[in-house]
This record gives sequence, structure tokens and C-alpha cells, in this order.
Amino acid sequence: MNNGSEMRRIVTAWVIVSVIGDLLWWFLVGPHIPPGNMTESAHWNQFDFNILAITALPVVFMVWIWMGYAIVKWRDKPGVPDPVGGEAAKASRGVQAGWITITSIVVVSAAIYGTVALIGDHGSGGGEGPNPVWAPQGGVAANTAAIQGKATWSPAGDQPLVVQVIAQQWKFSYRYPAFGGMETNRLLLPVNTEVVFDVTSLDVIHDFWAYQLSVKADANPGVNNVAFADTKQQGQFMVRCDELCGIWHGAMFNSGRILSKTAFMAWATKTEAQNAQNTKYLPPFAWTYTPDANGASGGLYPDGNVTPYSPYATYGAKQPAS
Amino acid sequence: MTMSGRLGTVLGLFVVAVGLIIWVLMGLLTPGTPEGVVNFVGSSPAGQPVNMTIQTVGSIGYGNHPTWVSYLVKTPQGKWIQDTTWQLPANTQINVTVLQYDSGSPLRNQEFGQVTGTTGNVATLNGTSYSSYNSNAGNGVGHTFTVPSLGLSVPLVGVNGNLSLCGVAPCSVKQPHNTITFSFKTPAKTGEYHWQCFVPCGLGYLYGNGGPMSTQGFMGGFLDVVQQ
Repeated sequence: MNNGSEMRRIVTAWVIVSVIGDLLWWFLVGPHIPPGNMTESAHWNQFDFNILAITALPVVFMVWIWMGYAIVKWRDKPGVPDPVGGEAAKASRGVQAGWITITSIVVVSAAIYGTVALIGDHGSGGGEGPNPVWAPQGGVAANTAAIQGKATWSPAGDQPLVVQVIAQQWKFSYRYPAFGGMETNRLLLPVNTEVVFDVTSLDVIHDFWAYQLSVKADANPGVNNVAFADTKQQGQFMVRCDELCGIWHGAMFNSGRILSKTAFMAWATKTEAQNAQNTKYLPPFAWTYTPDANGASGGLYPDGNVTPYSPYATYGAKQPAS
Repeated sequence: MTMSGRLGTVLGLFVVAVGLIIWVLMGLLTPGTPEGVVNFVGSSPAGQPVNMTIQTVGSIGYGNHPTWVSYLVKTPQGKWIQDTTWQLPANTQINVTVLQYDSGSPLRNQEFGQVTGTTGNVATLNGTSYSSYNSNAGNGVGHTFTVPSLGLSVPLVGVNGNLSLCGVAPCSVKQPHNTITFSFKTPAKTGEYHWQCFVPCGLGYLYGNGGPMSTQGFMGGFLDVVQQ
């Protein structure tokens, strides 16, 4: 056995297979990897997944090629001396050190790359509470305007659209402060628009997951979890709850749609008028709503005590000062 | 035992094992009809509206959970039963009458105070049409009949809680109640559509969503939409 020539053979095969594999992945598989291209962050998430994939593929190929070569070339054959016995069977420190070093660098680099990319504009916030590390241009100002009752949006402008996602067992509702604070059971969005999602819950922990938008944000009672999406492509997307939240968790999904700006405006204006009678009964737009309603006539709250039904224990009411 | 005997035993056990596995898999994969389905298909001629009457009661009054709130449905044969899976014909108008015997409270989310997804987005309360109900006023909302995937939701206005309310189902129309009527059209696509009450009315349970809210047959179930 010639260690040098065999190593050259293995490395050559590995380089060729890796280059072909990475190219095939990038051009044939990559464009179909979720979450797709419906939003800017979805596009960059897809890019990031593909970067990680083409980084990991050569590692997989090296393991397979090495194993395949060993099975074919170094297997025991009748009448032939053991090919890897004696000195040849000893471990190669150089190979071991090289393999550990290279794979360690790959893993650490992937972790750093993924973290840095997702914490910035490749991500959507969505796990960082009310003040994400990164926010798109105008996102914070739009959200501030919403809580001040000054939210606006028009097809001609470029201001972000604020949408509140309200989860409860077992349904999502959507509130649009720029359209009179109306609440709907459908999530419709305009294309080419920065969307600010304010995600909260009225009872237990849910999770707002619109994977085609690359948005996934926990919906916690009493917490405003902010996420962003810059819509790029019209079409339908799914919204699912991704936190096991009770018996009907599996039924907690609906579909949403990204429309043209004019179509969205037409829908929003029409729905605002249709819902006006009910919207006036809704509480003022707030980032969180008191989840302490116990249902009819009272019930058990997490402290284990029976708490009476109280005026502030209703949707939208302010917590009393403690 | 001879070689052929042993071989036969092994083969026989193998066949039995494979048969058992197939039987279990078929049981898991075959979407059987849920127990206790109330079948409204055929209760009216094909294409004609189907009439359905249901009631909500503050305490069922019998069984393992006599204090639990519950829906009941009147079968096409006229018998009240506690069942929440209803088989309906696809693409058909359903005329619903709800006899609401329970008291009400403010909604956790007033969104459910709005009537949506019904014919004309309206319902009637004791004969008066309404499209929205302020749950913070009057007797509040007792329950809702909501099918999220169809965008259908109707607030069922509560009865004055100071009256002597029905405590054992089925309730009689002589007892205090509200009569709510509405119509909706079943989807053309067959399948099971989950419905539930969105008033957290599971008294004594965390956030009011346990107990009857989390048990099939009380405050939630399925519309089993099939071809007629």
C-alpha cells in the first residue's frame, strides 16, 4: 500500500465530488429550499441555509469517500496479506489532527455565520422581545406611532405597516392599527412593504409561525414580541401555531396572502368599514392585553386561588397598579 | 420436531405477525367515522337547506361532569343528545337555531362579538337582526359558535344570570333562554372542520380553557362535511 498515492487519490475524488455536489446543490436544489422568497428575510434565510449546506456537503462526502475507499480497497481478501495490519494499522496523527481541525473550523464558522446573519437583517427579530437587536428602517417609529394612535399606511408611501398578532386558544387574530384598529381573522399584507408584527397572547404561550415569510415569534401573555418581514412576492402563505398549546393546537392554523398594494388597500378599507361597528367595542390598541380573564364567573389562576371576575381582568383593560 | 415442522411454525408465526402489523397500521391510517356522529345528510333533499337546532346549557346536569357547560344537538329524529360532531352535506345551506340557556360575560377578545361568515354576516337574537354585540354591556356573551377555518363566528348572547337558569340538559324552551338563528353554507371541499366556543367557559380551569373546553363532546367538535 502506498499511503501517499492513496491519500492523493482520496483527496482528488473528494475535491471533484465536492465541487460537483456543491454546484448541483446551489443551482438545482438551493432555489427550492424553504422558506422561499416571499420576504427579504425569507430570501436571506434560504441563502443562509444554502451556504450552510454547501459547507457541510464536503464533510459528508469525505466521510462517504473514505468509507467507500476503505471498503473497496482495504478489505480482507483470501490469500492476500491483511492490507492494514502491522504498522499501517496505526493511527495517523497528522490525518486525525487535520480532520479535527478542519471540521472544528467548519462547525464554529457555521455557528458564527448563522448567528451574525440571523441577528441582523437576515433574521426577523421574533425571539428578542419588544426591542429586537436589529430593526428595519422606520420599524421602531412605526410601532411607536401605532401605540400613540397615529399609525398610518398608504400604497403611495413607504412607511412600514404595523400588524398585531393576537393568539388565544385556539386561533390567531390580526389587528391593524393603521386601519382604525380593526381586528380580523385573516392576515393580508401588501407587497413590497416592511411589516412590523407585534405578537402577543391572551392566554397560554403560542407561537406565530408564518414560515414562508420567515417569521417565527413566540406569543407570550403579557409580552410584546416584535418581528419584521419585508414582503417581496405576492401569494398565499400558511400561519401555524408552533407551540403545543392545548387540545386543539393542531387546529390552530390559517392561511394568509400577500396582495398588491392597491388590492390590500381596497381590502383594508372595505374591512375597516365592515367591522366598524365591532371595532368601537374593542379596547384601544395596546402592545399587550391582560390575559387574566378566567372565563364565566371566575376560575383558577396560576396562583391556585379562585379569583373573582373583575373589570380589569378583561381583554384590553389595564393592569391595576400593584 | 422435524425440519419441515419447525419451518412451518416459523412461517406461520411470521404470517401472524405481519397480519397483526398490517391490521394495526390499517386501523391507524383509515380515517374512521368518529363515534357519536349526528348525521344531517339526507335530512333534507339534496341541494335543499338543512335545518339544525342546538342548545347551550350552563351545566349538563348528568354524567361524569354534571357541572360542565355543554352544547347539545337535536337529531333529525327530534331527540336531544350531547354530541359535537355533526355530519353535514357539502356546499349546502345550513339553517341553525341556537337555544342559549347560559348566562354571559365580557369576551376575552371582543373580535368574537362580531357575526362573520354567516349569510349576510348577520344573525338574529330573539327575532332581531344583529351583526355585532358589545359583550361589555347587557348580559354579555355566553358562548360563541365559531369555525375558524370557515371564518364563521356567531356570538351567543347571554341570559340574565339572576334568573332561574336551566341546570340539567336538555333544557325546555319554557326556561329562560335566548334564541339565535343564522345560516351558513358548508364548503364544497369535504373534510372535518373544527369548531369551538371562544368564550373561555371552563369554570375552575386555568384560563377557563380546560375541562369542557378541552374535551370533545362539550364545547368543541367537528363539522364532518361529506358529499351527499
